[in-house]
Amino acid sequence: MPDPVVDIQDLTVSFKTRRGHVRVVNGLTLALERGRILGVVGESGSGKSVMSRCLLRIEAPGKIVSGRVTYFKTPEQGLHLERMDSTCSAIRRVRWKEIAMIFQEPMSSFGPQHTIGFQIAEAMRLHGLDCGNRAVVDELMAVGMPRPEEVACQYPHQLSGGMRQRAMIAMALSCRPKVLVADEPTSALDVSTEAQILKLISAKQLSLGMSVLFISHNLGVIAHIADDVAVMYMGEVVERSSVKALFDGPKHPYTRALLQSIPRIDRECSGPLVVLGGSPPSPFVLPSGCRFHPRCPQRIPGVCDREPPAIELFQDGSEVRCHLWEGRG
Amino acid sequence: MTESNLLNVRGLSKSYALNTGLWSGAEGSVRAVDRVNFCIERGRTFGLVGESGSGKTTIGRMVLRVIEPDEGAILFSGADSETVDLARLKPSQIRPLRHKIQMVFQDPYSSLDPRMTVARIIGEPLAPIHGIARSEIQDRIVEATQLVGLRREYLDRYPHAFSGGQRQRIGIARALVSGPELVVADEAVSALDVSVQAQILNLLRELQQKLGITYLFIAHDLGVVRYLCDTIAVLYRGRIVEASEKRVLYQSPKHPYTESLIAAAPRPEPGVTTASYPQTIPTNEQLTTSAGCPYYSRCSYRQEICECQEPTLREIVPGQFAACHFDLNLKGV
Repeated sequence: MPDPVVDIQDLTVSFKTRRGHVRVVNGLTLALERGRILGVVGESGSGKSVMSRCLLRIEAPGKIVSGRVTYFKTPEQGLHLERMDSTCSAIRRVRWKEIAMIFQEPMSSFGPQHTIGFQIAEAMRLHGLDCGNRAVVDELMAVGMPRPEEVACQYPHQLSGGMRQRAMIAMALSCRPKVLVADEPTSALDVSTEAQILKLISAKQLSLGMSVLFISHNLGVIAHIADDVAVMYMGEVVERSSVKALFDGPKHPYTRALLQSIPRIDRECSGPLVVLGGSPPSPFVLPSGCRFHPRCPQRIPGVCDREPPAIELFQDGSEVRCHLWEGRG
Repeated sequence: MTESNLLNVRGLSKSYALNTGLWSGAEGSVRAVDRVNFCIERGRTFGLVGESGSGKTTIGRMVLRVIEPDEGAILFSGADSETVDLARLKPSQIRPLRHKIQMVFQDPYSSLDPRMTVARIIGEPLAPIHGIARSEIQDRIVEATQLVGLRREYLDRYPHAFSGGQRQRIGIARALVSGPELVVADEAVSALDVSVQAQILNLLRELQQKLGITYLFIAHDLGVVRYLCDTIAVLYRGRIVEASEKRVLYQSPKHPYTESLIAAAPRPEPGVTTASYPQTIPTNEQLTTSAGCPYYSRCSYRQEICECQEPTLREIVPGQFAACHFDLNLKGV
């Protein structure tokens, strides 16, 4: 029985540019199941960050043109986030308390002029929680921060990247959100620090029973942390399945190409890497039919360039949007 | 030094002063690069890996003499010139050598001047070469453009019209146009998406096979380094802690730091867990004192000797060097 905590239906987000309107998220449907970690992968420009920002309604200057983003605090009680004004008090009650977010660059997500402790306390105070010094230090301690009392009095620039990301997680979790949105939280970190932060996020997800939307371009990170994976291409989800099914048997040609193009640490490779031709097409001119067909090595002439493929659902719960798999689910 | 080495780095060091703000005064210095030795064979790829702050970029920039080394020698033996010590040359003596040593940068956005056409960007390294005809410059630009797989029509456009991968190709064409023998690539593929990254990695390899260029490849991604490099040196806080041919480095690392780097790298296989090692942030005091092994505070195999005596880089098995007091049997991939 599916029990989504966030349900995105047919979402389209448009940006106004000098060259006209561009739809960065385009007809995207995706559900985040309660208590699970959903990994979202895709190249830059695929719309993954913009989609995640819609959950907190901080997608500006983008605009939600159509579609629904529903947050289910309980299965019966749905909150239509897309209808809220991005500055209204209703969305402010959702932000941080229900849905919290951590960003790639922890330096720019903290204000430089206040201490770490002050900024964590501020989030807690706004949601009516105890924001005394003790509570803040407890929050820092809960994310394994070394010397938490000292760090609470320090400014963001005094911390290393890994520590700042830890502090960011402490702040995001301080109001015990039901959903955590993590947008490339480890991309700016070294591998050993990255491994620690991933471990921390998984541990917190389990202990707090959160649901996590984890965005990354690194398939290694996704394999490590996610329960389910959604692959995005040009503003839509092209494949979605459990992490095991996706890495063992990728269905969509795009997913397959992505997996093959990673240089492996555990394998010698003397020949050239398998490469996906071309680069993502401009979002201003969406290809006809399947959006991936100009780069697809397996495209069927006359079909893929004409008809947009429908979602094919498989028995193991995976979904793929590709003509090659039509009728095979 | 053997004939086949293009670059031979001996005892290279660089220190940066700590806290030299206007009001804080000098508080000692940190050795960003500490007595580093390595050789690069002609036509091969030498990889430098390490975390941020390990000194890998500083080494690359010292080879280019963008950063002045404090100590040490950088011996460069070009094909048609005598061996010179780049570290000792005056700026005026370096200029004629610039076209032999070129660089590819990490960020394909900030490394191309937005006000220059692609042709001007690519042709820029040719400007200081005396007595080169304008027609030859044009020919060389076109040749470099073709080598990196860009179309000729692109030459009159400006960088903003290109995607990240194409920009990186422009950056590579600029590095190739003067016919360099050594190319320093500092995180040249880190800012790219996987699919584009694979294209650029293939291109770099292909160019080496075609032109016999030598690469000094600086990166933090162990998978990328394994694909491209022949020999790898692992840096930790300015020191080479392990160096060897790539296969043995990945299969049986000899330094605990290399082991932890390999274990921490996330692999695209669910179920393969990555290990994370305790990390302590070294204080300024620890950074400035040099007694003992630099990896002591993080090492899970440490013993008493490690705290007071710094291990030197030694050949643990033939061809594999590590700076560790012990002959450890460590876990690779």
